[in-house]
Amino acid sequence: MSDDLRTRATEALADRGLHEALARATDRFVEIRRAGDDVANLDALKRAARWQRHRVMERLPEILERFADAVGRAGGVVHWAADAAEANDIVGDLAARHAVRTVVKSKSMLTEEIGLNEALEAVGIDVVETDLGEWIVQLAGDRPSHILGPAIHYTRERVAELFSARAGEELPPDPEVLCAYARASLRERFLEADMGISGCNFGVAETGTVVLVTNEGNGRMVTSVPPIHVVVMGMERIVETWDQLDLMMTLLPRSATGQQLSVYTTQVTGPRRDGEIDGPDELHVVIVDNGRSHVLGTGAHEMLHCIRCSACLNVCPVYRQIGGHAYGSVYSGPMGAVLTPLLDPSPAATELANASSLCSACHEVCPVGIPLQDLLLLRRADNAAGGAPAAFRAWAKVWSRPAAYRASIAAVQTGARMVPDTFVPSAWTDGRTVPRPRGRGSLRERLARGEI
Amino acid sequence: MEAPSGASNASAYHAEMDGDTKIPLILFPTCVMEAMAPAVGEAVVRTLRDRGFAPSIPPDATCCGQPAWNAGYPEEAATVARTTLAALTDAPSGPVCVPAGSCATMMRVYWPELFRRVGDEEARAAAVEIADRIVEFTRLVADDRRQADRQGTVAYHHSCHMLRELHIHDEPVALLTDAGYAVADWDDDDRCCGFGGLFSVKEPEISVAMADEKIDGLPLDGIEALVGSDLSCLLQLEGRMRRRGIDLPVRHIAELLDPSGPTDVR
Repeated sequence: MSDDLRTRATEALADRGLHEALARATDRFVEIRRAGDDVANLDALKRAARWQRHRVMERLPEILERFADAVGRAGGVVHWAADAAEANDIVGDLAARHAVRTVVKSKSMLTEEIGLNEALEAVGIDVVETDLGEWIVQLAGDRPSHILGPAIHYTRERVAELFSARAGEELPPDPEVLCAYARASLRERFLEADMGISGCNFGVAETGTVVLVTNEGNGRMVTSVPPIHVVVMGMERIVETWDQLDLMMTLLPRSATGQQLSVYTTQVTGPRRDGEIDGPDELHVVIVDNGRSHVLGTGAHEMLHCIRCSACLNVCPVYRQIGGHAYGSVYSGPMGAVLTPLLDPSPAATELANASSLCSACHEVCPVGIPLQDLLLLRRADNAAGGAPAAFRAWAKVWSRPAAYRASIAAVQTGARMVPDTFVPSAWTDGRTVPRPRGRGSLRERLARGEI
Repeated sequence: MEAPSGASNASAYHAEMDGDTKIPLILFPTCVMEAMAPAVGEAVVRTLRDRGFAPSIPPDATCCGQPAWNAGYPEEAATVARTTLAALTDAPSGPVCVPAGSCATMMRVYWPELFRRVGDEEARAAAVEIADRIVEFTRLVADDRRQADRQGTVAYHHSCHMLRELHIHDEPVALLTDAGYAVADWDDDDRCCGFGGLFSVKEPEISVAMADEKIDGLPLDGIEALVGSDLSCLLQLEGRMRRRGIDLPVRHIAELLDPSGPTDVR
């Protein structure tokens, strides 16, 4: 991660085009999400979902074992990866064993988190992202800036430039033309791929089923055309029963894109069976920990409930201003500011707790009721575990003594009147003018004396 | 008189009113109001009196502790909050009116968690005890709706804590329209102003950009003032507008409800 949050944010803020793209895209997401408020008892469903996520996390190891057994019974192979390196090694070994040269991928933030593409490319494998947004970002040598809309920071004109350069001909900034070009290009890659890699929206423990939620159909190609399908799954992305899945599937598409159901909901139970026409010869499920098990049982455990709908990014006024890249991490917005330091508590990650005005808009929309603003506060307190700065210690000393408090209020009032630009930190006055105090004197003394 | 439970219980107090007898009420003035806007505090006092309350400020109340709590310093927040909690606990029973959604949230919603965090069980129990008595100003006043014919069109900023923690949305708008003001349409009037306490100092560029987008969306040609219920949000928005050379008046809602205030918004 380069620089600090403030530096990255300032760079992002200077990019007006970025801000316009973000405002347009997040407004659109928020607008379409409202269409998902069609269920009458949405709040009750959210409360139920929060409770069901609790129930799963309380027994996570047992439920994961059950899932792994069921995957095995269905003919799949489960691999356990403690961290990113192990996960990449497992996939790399599988690729080597099958002499894989080309991999097609459907969208997966976890593979971004563990750096799988880079690991495979390092051993000469051609990795092709097939989600349209991911493909755009990959062609540009860029990174996703939103967990659902990786290319949310691109205008269609920029996409047309990228595609034109690849096509060797001028393509107009027309979404239909651009999509048709992407479809034709990616179709070839699906057919030649030796391995398909997908993420996992939910694993269902009782049947060992991997459920994928997509809208472009690429996920179905990735999971059924190549001879090997590798699922890379975060260890928390699991439900125990189909009833729980039903509840999650009622909430996820609605919270993500305002859809009652995504265009494709792919359910993969094992590899192709005898007599079936489609499907891979081998199915591998890599269950990745990478810091997640450390979160279990801590005050921040609810972050593992996240179902990656991105609703919190779309309503976040900070994300709206600076976009995903300014967070300097794979996950951005409120969920990213909480999750990133939980997975890797580096100073650059823990600093993300400051990327919030604590407005609670994230909590309001979260389909599983994660108290994101409380978790941000918890992180801020952890960051300050070494003790508060002297200014805050002095403040506490003064304002816990009523007489000293009253004297300091008088002093602040005078300061604000006499030297308004110097009595608050310059970081505040660089962009704002301290308003003059309205009225004068001690409110409480005047009230007590009957002067009001 | 025993304090009825519940957040919005002024009508219960009114039911016990006897003629011109005023209901004792504790006003927690907030540090921002005392330091930066005692005139707004006077408007709050007059409005409360007009609605049948007799407000008094406990002399030993200081601050709710929110600045330190939001910055991640619960010990320091608790040190200050404990002082105010004790002052309010010692004061007579009755509602505790807080003319700022953010401070009201700190006291009503976060105090129990704060004292739990620092392991002060006695204060936590007292905070739980007093939580139901903490009432945000507009919610208290809106229990006694009054029609008037004041003039002016204003934009109203819905502050975050008030909206999403206290769930107060309709009351302030109803109070303004009852008083005769028109409340203009303002896109995203419920989006954060970018203040966020220490956030405005730690991430000033983001904070200012957030204020700018709010300000850019204001229907400046059609309004005579920007109104809100949280002085800290208003300081942020006014501070940015002044820097940008926009001289739109900025008012706390109490100033527009003040019975001896001007009949038009300017």
